[in-house]
Amino acid sequence: MHNPDRPVEVEVVDRVEETPSIYTLHLRFTDPEVAASYRLLPGQYNMLYLFGVGEVPISIVSDPDFEGPLEHTIRSVGRVTRGMERLKVGDRMGLRGPYGRGWPLDEAEGRDVVIVTGGLGCAPVVSMIRYVLQRRERFGRLVILQGVKHTDDLIWRRQYERWQQMPDTQVLLAADVGGPNWPYSVGKVTVLFSQAGVDPDKSIVMLCGPEPMMKASIDRLLALNVPAESMWLSIERNMQCGIGHCGHCQVGPYFVCQDGPVFHYPELRPWLGVTGF
Amino acid sequence: MDFLRGLLSVTMETSASFLPRESLDTLLEAIRRGGFTRVLGPVARHGAITYTSIASADDLPKGLRDRQAPGQYRLEPEEGERRFAWANGPQALKPLTFAPRETLWRCELDDNGQLSFLDVDLAPTPTAVFGVRACDLAALRIQERHFLKLPYPDPHYAARRESLFLVAVHCSHPADTCFCASTGDGPRAEAGYDLAMSELDHGFVVTAGTERGRGVLSLLNLSPASPDECAQADGEIEAAAAAQTRSLPSRNLKDALYARLEHPHWDQVGRRCLSCGNCTAVCPTCFCHAEQDEPALTGSSSEHLRQWDSCFTAVHSYMGHFLVREETRLRYRQWLTHKLASWHEQYGRSGCVGCGRCIAWCPVGIDITAEVSALLESGDAQS
Repeated sequence: MHNPDRPVEVEVVDRVEETPSIYTLHLRFTDPEVAASYRLLPGQYNMLYLFGVGEVPISIVSDPDFEGPLEHTIRSVGRVTRGMERLKVGDRMGLRGPYGRGWPLDEAEGRDVVIVTGGLGCAPVVSMIRYVLQRRERFGRLVILQGVKHTDDLIWRRQYERWQQMPDTQVLLAADVGGPNWPYSVGKVTVLFSQAGVDPDKSIVMLCGPEPMMKASIDRLLALNVPAESMWLSIERNMQCGIGHCGHCQVGPYFVCQDGPVFHYPELRPWLGVTGF
Repeated sequence: MDFLRGLLSVTMETSASFLPRESLDTLLEAIRRGGFTRVLGPVARHGAITYTSIASADDLPKGLRDRQAPGQYRLEPEEGERRFAWANGPQALKPLTFAPRETLWRCELDDNGQLSFLDVDLAPTPTAVFGVRACDLAALRIQERHFLKLPYPDPHYAARRESLFLVAVHCSHPADTCFCASTGDGPRAEAGYDLAMSELDHGFVVTAGTERGRGVLSLLNLSPASPDECAQADGEIEAAAAAQTRSLPSRNLKDALYARLEHPHWDQVGRRCLSCGNCTAVCPTCFCHAEQDEPALTGSSSEHLRQWDSCFTAVHSYMGHFLVREETRLRYRQWLTHKLASWHEQYGRSGCVGCGRCIAWCPVGIDITAEVSALLESGDAQS
């Protein structure tokens, strides 16, 4: 029986400093056979391993059809991610995956794709945004609504500005606290919905960010007559195995590592916002 | 699973043999000759029944009974010569299949900075276990569903499970903490064993549950059990079911518990619970484990391990910037609603087999059956 828990070796081929605490690693499989058989979907994640320290689940930002190195944007918050921050080009680490359920690509085809994110630039939806932009003709409007606490929390500001130039793409940004260099809205991400002009019948909504933000956004969207069935969200929990064994990531009946991290909103409705789950 | 249960209980009815008590060692010997070089049996040790290596049937407890109550476990002398006049000890089969701590893989760093990931050798010693209880076999089937589910069956669990030869003994002396009759998991062992025995005053009624079990029995030239012996064995099992005083009100409490997630009783039990994790350690179905790395001092290799974890610890729900379950009441609610509610959605049945260990080994005597009653008593009251 194959050991599903064992990583393979990857090499850091590029490293990008996004903010003082956020960095992106570009990883290449050192075994060409592994590279050839690797398939991913937007919204899935890998378990990345730092030698002698441990593993962490990290979203994959890359496009599924991109054959180059896999991109992972990582925030330094714990023991493992702080250690990974020190990796240099040429260093080796471990990777296993991809794991979990990604975004509903088939359901999204032909519809307006509304992305709602909050906090520090949400990697799980970046993969979806890139997916849509690569296959622009297969989707309707692309609406990106991003909320941040402070104006300097916004990473990839240039990327957002670039996305804004893309055909049929609307990017709306809001910060809780504005400032002199903030030409965008001030307030929670929910203030953007009226500007966005979301068509409730034509849209599919994909959310990622702090759960209170997602819950507030969903409530607002429901009030705008967007059906619950049109909403999907990506959530985070403590994940140690990635394969539904270790038990830490459970939310109600779900193992987030395998049943998620992307959920159809009706599945999570009973659990979202209930303290302790 | 249900079809398997039916199948095995049919084979059980067909050919029962009788093993005189003084011939127990010939059975042990036959199992050893079958390749199971390590034989574990119930031994009275440190004041409790524990599965320990045994050399002969003399190592088994003789005339001993366990007295269990919330927060209490005592061994006491019992009239007679019976070896299995007790219900259970703190261990189930769990440590034998889901090791408390084991290496999953190893990583080696060479001089050029390259990493190699290596599997560990999976060759557990073939082990026979004597005196396995019905509740623990039911728990074993539950953990098999968890660890061997697709698409990522766990080879470590599989190798350990395959290394076991299981000799069940149907329960005739339930403890006061037992409630397997209400969960449907005992006191009769229904499936998952190689041999099953009922203990009578002068010996054992033995049946085989697998081909290799039948193979072992055929080496012993036993005479068939008489209808009287079979009837007495059945009668003792029925009496053991009837003697149980604790119970859960239903085998499926999912809707009842989901309707009471904000019930004030969670606060009440949360104030008593020490969040120590004893219940999850003795529970035969709890599967949570932490993964961690242990680098060698040389700096050139590191072991990746898994170790039993508990949803009662703070780090279990650690998220870098917050804990999902900071308060004890939330941890108790997670444990109980997982065990008795969400388990149904995950594995098609409750995660409780009625062994009662969490009751006896809780230092403050929290009783899962009493907590469920308290939650259900006051209707679907919300706080």
